[in-house]
Amino acid sequence: MVIKRVLASGGKNFARGGAVSAATVLIMTVTLALIGSLIFLSALLNYTLTTISGKVDVSVYFVTTAGEAEIFAVRDQLLKLPQVASVTYTSADDALTAFRARHANDQLTLQALNELGGNPLDASLEIRAKNPSDYESIVSFLEASPTLSTGGTSIVDRVNYAQNKDVIDRLTLAIKATREIGFAVVVLFAIASILIAFATIRLAIYTAKDEIAVMRLVGASNAYIQGPFIVTGIITGVLSAFLVLLLLWPATWYAGMKTADWFGGFNIASYYANHFTLVFFILVASGIALGAIASVFAIRKYLKI
Amino acid sequence: MIYFDKVTKRYNGNGPALEDITLSVAPKEFVSIVGHSGAGKTTLLKLLLAEERPTVGSVFFESIDINDLPSSALHHYRRKIGMVFQDFRLIPNKTAYENIAFAMEAAGRTDDEIRSDVPYILELVNLADKSRHFPDQLSGGEKQRIAIGRAIINQPDLIVADEPTGNLDPINTYEIVEILKKINQLGTTIVITTHNKGVVDAIGKRVVTIDRGRLVRDDADGKYIL
Repeated sequence: MVIKRVLASGGKNFARGGAVSAATVLIMTVTLALIGSLIFLSALLNYTLTTISGKVDVSVYFVTTAGEAEIFAVRDQLLKLPQVASVTYTSADDALTAFRARHANDQLTLQALNELGGNPLDASLEIRAKNPSDYESIVSFLEASPTLSTGGTSIVDRVNYAQNKDVIDRLTLAIKATREIGFAVVVLFAIASILIAFATIRLAIYTAKDEIAVMRLVGASNAYIQGPFIVTGIITGVLSAFLVLLLLWPATWYAGMKTADWFGGFNIASYYANHFTLVFFILVASGIALGAIASVFAIRKYLKI
Repeated sequence: MIYFDKVTKRYNGNGPALEDITLSVAPKEFVSIVGHSGAGKTTLLKLLLAEERPTVGSVFFESIDINDLPSSALHHYRRKIGMVFQDFRLIPNKTAYENIAFAMEAAGRTDDEIRSDVPYILELVNLADKSRHFPDQLSGGEKQRIAIGRAIINQPDLIVADEPTGNLDPINTYEIVEILKKINQLGTTIVITTHNKGVVDAIGKRVVTIDRGRLVRDDADGKYIL
């Protein structure tokens, strides 16, 4: 009975609040839109960093005398390392085909290659690490491993790590910094939006402070006074969340159309469509939590009479 | 029923708003507390409602020292008292019906009780036709009658009215006084503050006079003398 009354009263308060309710919903909508855009920002950041990390690899070139079985043995050892994401084998023949294809329009180079006779290119393994900072340990593993050699001479011709090292180190640092800054920005905006929501709901409840005093004097318990305000706060939050979810469709469609190429293939609209459930739960839960918690805090100081 | 035991109230740093008040009210009495503005009448009522606590002394209600009540138990105590204020203090976003029903809901009464009692009370204060009006659609006299309806709906032992006619014209004042007298005849104790001579004379019951925080007269069958 009490719960039914609290729900009904909260709903009525919201409906009769008119301009105040509408203003609260509007500001909460802006707040939740901010939280929503943070979801997209962090997804974009993640996507970009993963893409960039994926572009980096280390190639191990083998001497021309190395047999395929020996190279596969190295590959199998590498695949056992926890830091390694993937290892791709390119045979000497494949390397030659690729080289010819790359220089198809360059007769001079092809002629030189033909005159050389045979295949001067090495077979190689392209190693991709799970994390750019792991390359160093993978390379030192390669250098230290005695099993890589047959009869005392190493079958590894060269590893292109040294010349890539500078780029890889700088990238590792940049990725780390970007993640940290991104996280700081997300936290900062989240705090700002929570404060805005709190201030708004406090203002809405401030207009009802005389009413709360009367309820106290008429003999209503604190819980019974608080209940409807919390319900109103939750209604505000949920309504705002739905409004944001609705507005995000055209917004992400437009933004996706304009920015997909620029973001290197990351399309905001398709991310939203694929992760709708996640975005839905985050926004609705934020709306409910913000509305309810802000109401509890805002009303507390008027309940002391 | 009510007993003020040597009560003094000071607001931080200022002189006493009330000083050494000893006063008792018996059940079914109708007591008018009179005095100039600022004499301490409202402070006296606030102490009775536990809105304020005395600096010295105690206030008893049926042998309970109300200053010992924890804040969480105050609402139980206040349900025994019906309150009427000069500025009506209706809840602005509730209709006349809902304002009266709210006091019953707060006291935990059932929906059936509310559905049967509220129309009866609206009838009693002569506002059955305005039950769906919001406070800002009602006149001052109508608002005060709704407030009285709210005060009596839970059949309290005591009605406390702080300048209930202060914002009303003579005709509405007369109506309110008549309603209060009727409620008193039905057995409810009433404590009212006023500085309206006409009201006191029309009631014609016990009059307690307060001047500058002190109790200066207590006449069993009093008239307004200042």
